[in-house]
Amino acid sequence: MSVLIDKATRVLVQGITGREGSFHAQRCREYGTQVVGGVTPGKGGTTHEGFPVWNTVADAVQAEGPNCALIFVPPVAAADAVMEATAAAIPFIVCVTEGIPTVDMMRAKAFLKDRSCRLIGPNCPGLISPGKAKVGIMPGHIHREGHVGLVSRSGTLTYEVVHQLTQRGIGQSTCVGIGGDPIIGTSFVDVLRLFQADPDTRLIVLIGEIGGTAEEEAAEHITRHITKPVVGFICGQTAPPGRRMGHAGAIIAGGKGTAAEKMAALGAAGVTLVKSPAEIGSTVARVLQR
Amino acid sequence: MKIHEYQAKAILREFGVAVPNGEVAETPSQARAVAQKLGSRVVIKAQVHAGGRGKAGGIKLAANPDEAEAAARAILGMRLKTPQTPPEGIEVRKVLVEEASPISQELYLSVTLDRVRSTLVVMASEAGGMEIEEVARVSPHKILREWADPALGLQPFQARNLAFALGLTGDLHKAGVTLTQNLFRCYLARDCSLAEINPLVVTQDGRLLALDAKLNFDDNALFRQPAIVAMRDEHEETPLELDASRYGLNYVKLDGNVGCMVNGAGLAMATMDIVKLSGGEPANFLDVGGGASAEQIENAFRILSSDRNVRAVLINVFGGILRCDRLAEGVIAAVKKLGVTLPVVIRMEGTNVELGRRMLAESGLNFSSAESMGEAAEKAVALARAGR
Repeated sequence: MSVLIDKATRVLVQGITGREGSFHAQRCREYGTQVVGGVTPGKGGTTHEGFPVWNTVADAVQAEGPNCALIFVPPVAAADAVMEATAAAIPFIVCVTEGIPTVDMMRAKAFLKDRSCRLIGPNCPGLISPGKAKVGIMPGHIHREGHVGLVSRSGTLTYEVVHQLTQRGIGQSTCVGIGGDPIIGTSFVDVLRLFQADPDTRLIVLIGEIGGTAEEEAAEHITRHITKPVVGFICGQTAPPGRRMGHAGAIIAGGKGTAAEKMAALGAAGVTLVKSPAEIGSTVARVLQR
Repeated sequence: MKIHEYQAKAILREFGVAVPNGEVAETPSQARAVAQKLGSRVVIKAQVHAGGRGKAGGIKLAANPDEAEAAARAILGMRLKTPQTPPEGIEVRKVLVEEASPISQELYLSVTLDRVRSTLVVMASEAGGMEIEEVARVSPHKILREWADPALGLQPFQARNLAFALGLTGDLHKAGVTLTQNLFRCYLARDCSLAEINPLVVTQDGRLLALDAKLNFDDNALFRQPAIVAMRDEHEETPLELDASRYGLNYVKLDGNVGCMVNGAGLAMATMDIVKLSGGEPANFLDVGGGASAEQIENAFRILSSDRNVRAVLINVFGGILRCDRLAEGVIAAVKKLGVTLPVVIRMEGTNVELGRRMLAESGLNFSSAESMGEAAEKAVALARAGR
């Protein structure tokens, strides 16, 4: 098993004729994901790299009934794309786009509320259930099927951790990048809940970073509800306060959101903390042997 | 993005928030002329993108135009050092000359993002003039918060609650309600990330005035805020960071001597962390992004190696979209073109890694390669130490 996506996932790519959308739709298809086609307003009725293209999400839903939308629409229109997918009753949306205005995302999130729809991202690499489906931009070949569930706010740091795991022969059930923006659709807590319920996930790796309080909320949830072992790492231990470190959400503001606070909270929740990013794989191996 | 106080006040005025009369001056004689025009006691305030100006000598009172000119002369050109500036301080190039307001009360009002609730929060407190984080720590009951969705807006009852929390009554309460609504409107219309009035003052003659103002903006929304972009003051940014921003690179200068070049923000932070854990100090944060071009890589390399503190360079790339051979090509080109003699440690993994490694090995340049992040950091730290 895996969480959120598997072989039955049918993906619609919004922004499929753009450079990134086009490239990654093909990589996802090569990985074995069912990509039913894409949406680009004004290009409906054409095909692109073998994918059918529709004008609207509603048209695509009528034709193919996708159950997942993967969004590569540029920042100016990405929040709108999220709302379009939501309105067309697509139950699962992954938004890769980086650089969406915060207010636009707040509006989109308010739009999502009270609808039975889950959003992952934005500003995220997407997710992968190795051997089953890849809905995102991560390099598929570094993954391996297995039983470690990984959740992270980062992209390439997640690849690094996956690489360390795979090198040791430790496979993954699902790897979820929840995104580096201050406003995101799915939190650490949401994914932890899914991993706890997934019989195929035996250990959870949580990769956090400075800024906000998502890790502290995760720690509280772990204390109360997670019985599986959790290995945690927080990046930005050396980040200066008041400076945005690449991700829009990675900033220590008013002395809050430091790596030290987050590590203390996770440590108190019984999470096995890793200080060095080079030792995440070996730590997971050690915990699995217990 | 940050702007100066005088710019923030001009924007607030546009939205109907009362601010003291005043004008910006770049020379002592301009400051005198503004003081003359105002015809009252004035305050001369250094315009830099940092708080804590008063304690650092960046704010002075002047009773007449002569004093205003003298105060401006003292402040203009000084390097203002506050807890919020770099250690070397920021050079003051402009002052705001404002009529001095007789204050009877200092309050606090702000609008910002609540990340936990994914919505906006308006905060009001009677404890103005001190940092709100300090108030939140010492006396949290003195802060009232009202949450407002951008689509629905701030409701009149919420604005009333906030104005009551400020302790305002009668006409002042009405003024407080309007001011709060106007500040909220400004936040949304200008894509702010913070709109803070601290202090908001009640004057002895019964007016409500934004005595200080801080507006920060959402970088992601600048594409639709040309008037805000035009307010950018490049003198307030460090030259290397400014240079990097022109090439779409995320660069933050730090104090160490190991230059870092990484793809992805999380991996870039983790690389800084491992440099520190290996006994060194990172010289910078630098994220070249997921799909960096050879040109971006070349510029990234140029910028980080032109930091004079840098003694060794650590390149850590996990190639997904960014292929390792393209990275190698960019780095080789940069080193050759710039004539860089610094030792460079490269750790790369991912797509086309063998090809990339071969290109580096055959380049005949001063590269060491590493198999893992840990090894790379240790090598770079040792080289930086040797090169000191």
